[in-house]
Amino acid sequence: MIARILRSMGARTVDGIWRLGFASRFFLAVLMRSGTSFARFPLTISEIFSTGVLSLIIILVSGFFVGLVLGLQGYETLQRYGSSDALGILVALSLVRELGPVVAGLLFASRAGSALTAEIGLMKTTEQLKAMDMMAVDPIARVVAPRFWGGVISMPLLASLFSTMGVFGAWFIGVVFIGVDDGAFWSQMQAAVDFRYDIVNGVIKSVVFGFAVSLIAVFEGYDSAPTAEGVSRAITRTVVNSALTILALDFVLTSFMFRGNG
Amino acid sequence: MNRTVLDLWVGVFVAIGVAAVLFLALKVGNLSSANIGETYRLQANFDNIGGLKPRAPVKSSGVVVGRVTEITFDPKLYVAVVRMDVDKRYSFPRDTIFTILTSGLLGEQYVGLEVGGDEEVLKPGDTVNRNKTQGAVVLEKLISQFMFNKAAESPKAPEQ
Repeated sequence: MIARILRSMGARTVDGIWRLGFASRFFLAVLMRSGTSFARFPLTISEIFSTGVLSLIIILVSGFFVGLVLGLQGYETLQRYGSSDALGILVALSLVRELGPVVAGLLFASRAGSALTAEIGLMKTTEQLKAMDMMAVDPIARVVAPRFWGGVISMPLLASLFSTMGVFGAWFIGVVFIGVDDGAFWSQMQAAVDFRYDIVNGVIKSVVFGFAVSLIAVFEGYDSAPTAEGVSRAITRTVVNSALTILALDFVLTSFMFRGNG
Repeated sequence: MNRTVLDLWVGVFVAIGVAAVLFLALKVGNLSSANIGETYRLQANFDNIGGLKPRAPVKSSGVVVGRVTEITFDPKLYVAVVRMDVDKRYSFPRDTIFTILTSGLLGEQYVGLEVGGDEEVLKPGDTVNRNKTQGAVVLEKLISQFMFNKAAESPKAPEQ
């Protein structure tokens, strides 16, 4: 009984480490064969279209609504201390530093990451990847790498759009509806948000999340069991693992970037 | 999908993405006001900086004329050394008083410059000594001083 539990524990550990190793080797392979995605850039462009452009609606609308809610709740709390003019600071800092990259990353993982996994998984199931191999077309260079780079390029742009829409949303609810002073809203924001410290760090975060989510998505697709059930499990793993990775990476990055001495 | 339509959409996507970054940098962030252009360095010794932090503004008559770049402690003189970059367009007389002030009751702290009447101006790299600076006001000291004064006054009160 105990031996069986120990054995299954051991098997899971070995399995997990093996997958981690496979994922890192896969990452290296994708990076080494990325030449095609840039030499034949139209391949990557059509992937930017399907990951980036098609995610625009969900990113813009959610960003706007997150901004609306932040504006309402922020005002609700700040006006108790008579500092509702600081609404701009609150909204801009929380969006640019955390919410923009993180929420955009989560949405990106569920909108675009799952689609990437499904596409590659289905290609594997229907043996299109093997057929490519037979025709001496490298499936990693032709199929995986352009999708990976499409995601990496799209993610920072989507995160910036999310933050921008959020600031607009907060401005809309705070200035237009509640009546916070327009000048104070923008000027306090500009005085508090630093380009290098806040915005560049936010963009760095979104780039890192772009790499993580795209890699997880293409890896899970490539590694999926070639059955209908296998593909569905791979998609679930993509969304779950991406979300966990984004949140964990966000904590690590935040603790390195923002040490409270700004 | 048609190649040209696809390229157009991706182009639009990248353009508005870049526009969003620019918006964040210029309208939300302080990129437009942060680099004031050419600056020169001044150094001031304070006996107490309170809660002053690097990147805090340096203001004269309420206008931002520079930023604090570095705060260190001088182990020989036992004073806080505040280095700041001041906009090259502005020069200040040698007897300018450097004060650490607070914006609002609970706001951030900044360095305020009260301009004197000297003919000569501070040159890049100059150090302002402690007799021309005024450190942050420590609330506890202020309160205890007030209490002490009150306590000293109160015995007289019944006589009047």
